[in-house]
Amino acid sequence: MSPTDPLAPAATPDDSVLLSARGIRKSFGDNEVLRSIDLEVRRGEVVVLIGPSGSGKTTVLRSLNGLETPSAGTIDFAGGPVIDFAAPVPKAQRYALRDRSAMVFQQHNLFPHMTVIENVIEGPVRVQKVPKKQAVAEASALLDRVGLAEKRDAYPFELSGGQQQRVGIVRALALKPQLLLFDEPTSALDPELVGEVLQVIKELADEGWTMVVVTHELSFARQAADEVLFMDGGVVVERGAPGAIFTNPTHERTRRFLDRILRPLEDGGADDVSP
Amino acid sequence: MTDWQLALDSFWPLLWGGITGTIPLAVASFALGLVLALGVALMRISRNRVLSGIARFYISVIRGTPLLVQLFVIFYGMPSIGITIDPWPSAIIAFSLNVGGYAAEVIRAAILSVPKGQWEAGYTIGMSPGTTLTRLILPQAARVSVPPLSNTFISLVKDTSLASLILVTEMFRVAQEIAAFSREFLLIYIEAALIYWLFCLVLSSGQNLLEKRLDRYVAH
Ligand SMILES: Nc1ncnc2c1ncn2[C@@H]1O[C@H](COP(=O)(O)OP(=O)(O)O)[C@@H](O)[C@H]1O
Ligand SMILES: [Mg+2]
Repeated sequence: MSPTDPLAPAATPDDSVLLSARGIRKSFGDNEVLRSIDLEVRRGEVVVLIGPSGSGKTTVLRSLNGLETPSAGTIDFAGGPVIDFAAPVPKAQRYALRDRSAMVFQQHNLFPHMTVIENVIEGPVRVQKVPKKQAVAEASALLDRVGLAEKRDAYPFELSGGQQQRVGIVRALALKPQLLLFDEPTSALDPELVGEVLQVIKELADEGWTMVVVTHELSFARQAADEVLFMDGGVVVERGAPGAIFTNPTHERTRRFLDRILRPLEDGGADDVSP
Repeated sequence: MTDWQLALDSFWPLLWGGITGTIPLAVASFALGLVLALGVALMRISRNRVLSGIARFYISVIRGTPLLVQLFVIFYGMPSIGITIDPWPSAIIAFSLNVGGYAAEVIRAAILSVPKGQWEAGYTIGMSPGTTLTRLILPQAARVSVPPLSNTFISLVKDTSLASLILVTEMFRVAQEIAAFSREFLLIYIEAALIYWLFCLVLSSGQNLLEKRLDRYVAH
């Protein structure tokens, strides 16, 4: 793929470290939500965050994207300065984080007053100053790629949830970020629409995009993840290859969480009554 | 006994008073007032306590005092401290300040009605808060604020009649002059009322068109 190919990952998947976050802490008032999170993402790698609701997964992603300012810790994003949150962080550094990564939200957060193509070119044209013609051409290629070419002039409300989320992914891709952040991209979808969105994410992973994905879709994690982090109570309880974590978790908390997801009807404490 | 000839003869002067007085006064004051209101709304939302305090105070004063008193303070009151302002500028200042106070609350509510996720989506594609506001938030806020702002504008068109009391030649002042001269008070004032009503009907249909246009991106 040529370097100008809009479909090509912006970061070459050469396995070097793209992002390294150390000792990330975040408090909201008295509530310490992240208690020293370490996270390393290599180029081309897919890191999946799992964990119960409220464990701090979204806050981790938002910190990596500069939407949230951690109370302590450092983020070293390749090509930029090491940001140390112990001191007040200059605005320019937070913007630099946003420029390098792009977020796909649980509630797609598409711009309702803009058509699909307008949603996608807004960042490239307004922020990155890409010529409009070029931005439209690249956006069209990306939309075509996720099977939404004929929806380019539709408004978001005219799309299904799965289509909306695919546009959300394209909007992120159009910025050519080095890192894609997905926050439960399929949690708000009807079950029959989950597959089409996961499929797109899986293909991007296979093409070498670097991503951090928060999801409860364990089959996706099993297939796509290079590393799985299990978070609970603001700490990473366990991390490792998906095979190891899912089949042989070392921590009780991980095991209970996986049990609850895989067998939601059973009470964790009760004897196993299934055949 | 109704003098139909007088009704016909006075129609054009009244309408002309509306076209050259009422409408420009309302349009200019509304435009200035909206700009002011946007600034005040942003101050009010701001986390800076001084700014939001000033905005709150301003809104409270405007909404808590009669428009006629505001007009009189500016036109008849200011000369006492050496500031003399002509009738037209006085009226525009008073009406703009008034619209600024009322519309600020409408715009503030409209901005706050846009989901927080829209700000975040703007930030994540690299936009500054200012660009996010103008490109993403205000266009969406516009849709919700058109109905209440239209009401503000329609009220303003009617309220411009108060400017007759500070010697501005708008439609109602023309009506008063014709009525005093002809002694046909009922006829002339009803005629003026009908023309105000006509203006407001036109505005209401304009409002409907605008609402339809802004509604094109929401599910029905
Ligand atoms: N803006 C905020 N203000 C206060 N508390 C917050 C805020 N955002 C998140 N939290 C709290 O932080 C904790 C972790 O939230 P979150 O990162 O969203 O967890 P998860 O994504 O794993 O469900 C929760 O207890 C949540 O209530
Ligand atoms: Mg979350």
